[in-house]
This record gives sequence, structure tokens and C-alpha cells, in this order.
Amino acid sequence: MSELWWAIAALAVGGYALKASGYFIPEWVLERPRVTRIALLTPVALLAALTTVQIFGQGQSLVVDARAAGLVFAVGALLLRAPFLVVVVGAALVAALLRLLAG
Amino acid sequence: MSDPSPPHPSDTEVRKQAWSVGVAVGTYGLGFGALAVANGFTVWQTVALSALVFTGASQFALVGVVGAGGAAVTGAAAALALGSRNAFYGLRMAPLLRVKGWRRLGAAQLTIDESTAVAIAQPTTALSRLGFWNTGVAVFVCWNIATVAGAFAVDQVSNPQVIGLDAAVGAAFLALLWPQLITPTARAVAGGAALLALVLTPFLTPGLPVLAAAVVGVGVAWPEPRIHRVTEQAPEIADE
Repeated sequence: MSELWWAIAALAVGGYALKASGYFIPEWVLERPRVTRIALLTPVALLAALTTVQIFGQGQSLVVDARAAGLVFAVGALLLRAPFLVVVVGAALVAALLRLLAG
Repeated sequence: MSDPSPPHPSDTEVRKQAWSVGVAVGTYGLGFGALAVANGFTVWQTVALSALVFTGASQFALVGVVGAGGAAVTGAAAALALGSRNAFYGLRMAPLLRVKGWRRLGAAQLTIDESTAVAIAQPTTALSRLGFWNTGVAVFVCWNIATVAGAFAVDQVSNPQVIGLDAAVGAAFLALLWPQLITPTARAVAGGAALLALVLTPFLTPGLPVLAAAVVGVGVAWPEPRIHRVTEQAPEIADE
């Protein structure tokens, strides 16, 4: 088996163990207020970070490009309570259009 | 179950949202399939990653590190570090889903950014469960089909940026985050995490700034609140 296959196997097993761990932790642990707050606020932090890194990150540099315009559209659409698909497809169209115009 | 109060989305609306997410994420799977093969992974390795690992950011991390000339073991380590956020998602989903036996094993595999986000955005536990399973299955199906298509069509879609898919994924994460920003605490955590991830991006391997941002969530959640309102946006409670 090649090095890549070993990496894939390790990632499959380890990644699944991480996903499953949250389900096999005893209930009394889950019912502690502190754990509840952590479980509630951590996804908020991660989603916010995923959003900004996805929009402004390029490897280890930060750039403001067509993606930022897509994000601005998304924020506007969300403020206007647009449906999810409008937000997502609209952001893609705005970014694609800008890139097309920029040549 | 007989509680169709007007402000709640219907089951159909939740299913529609789930499949919208699936299609949006799936189209990005085209990019993953193409990128993996372009970076020296075989079609089978690429397909195995999407089916077995099934957590996009981790998959991109492995392929990215290997593609940039990094060791496979480094790539796997970065991918695992990124995947550790799924443990928090499982922790969040367990009391909502209350699954047992093989369903718990299935739920674990489907516990990813999108299924968790759609689930916790719902106002009731029943809708959360519906959202979780539908989004998990929708993303799994779309992501894997797209991976196969992308892997076989490397030349056509090796650059998903051209059609704005990178912006679409960012917009999708934001749209999923949006309903959770209803308390000042949540908004502060989101702002702090976003800022921290940006500040750390130049200094850390791609992927790690996102993980570091989790510290903001834990840091805010750790101290006992003086005003007991922090957990008030829990779906079961927000129902009242």
C-alpha cells in the first residue's frame, strides 16, 4: 500500500473517531451547563472563521477579490431575508461576473 | 407533532433547505475531485476520501498539503486537526438526535459543518432532526457524485473559482451561521472568531486558523455567566 493510501486510511479512521466521540460521551457530561454553552458557541465560532477564511484567505495570505463582493451580496440578501439558494447562487454569480469583467 | 405554528418552517421547507445545501456543497465537490486527481491522487483514492473521510475541509487539507509538496503524514495530521471540530458538532447533536445503535454510527459519519448548522438553525427538536438527516444524506450523495464527476473531468473544472464556487461556499457558511446570531453573545463570538482566523492566517498552515478560532467559542462559554441567558437560543428552548 502506498504512502497516500496509508494517509487516507489513517484519516478515515481518525476522522470517524472524532465524529463519533461526541455521541459516546456520557449524558451527564453533556448536561453540564458549561458543556452545553461550549457546544452551542463553538460551531458559531467555527462557522464565522470558515466564512472569513473561505472569502479572504488564499493559502497563507489574505486577499480582497471577487469573493468579497460575493460576500457583500450574501450579507445584503440575508438582511432582506432571501432564501438560502438565492444567497448562495447570487454570491457565486456576483463573483463570477466580476471575474469575467476583470478579464 | 400537531404544532404547525406559523413562524416555524414546514417539513418541506427544511427538506428544501437541506437539498439546497447538498447541491451547493456538491458542486464544490466537483472542484475537490478535480483538485485531488490534479495533485496526484488516483481516482480511487479521491473517491475513497469523499466516501470514507467525508469532511470537506479535511479532504482539501490533505490534498492541498500533498499537492504543495508536503508529506502525506503532515497532510493527514492537518486534516485530523481540522476534523476535530466534528467532535464538538457531535457533542452538540447528541442531545438533539438521541440516536442509538447503528443509527448512531450513521449519524456520526454524517456529522459535518453543514448538517450541524442546518440542524441547530431549526426552531424545534423535530425540525432539527429532520434537518440533520436530510442535510447529511443530501451532502453525502451530492458530494460523492460530484467527486466522481470532478475526478473524471479534471481538465474542465480544475478551477472552480471561474464560476464563483469559492464565493458560494463562503456565502453558504454565512447563511448557515446567520440564524444563530440572535444573541449579543453569539454575535460577539462570531466577530471575535472571524477576526482571530484572519489575523492567524498568515502565520499558520491553512486550516489551522479556523481551528484556533474555536478557542474563542470555548473561552466565552467557559466562565459561569452572571446573567443566565447564554443558552437561551437552544432550539428546544427557543421554541417557547
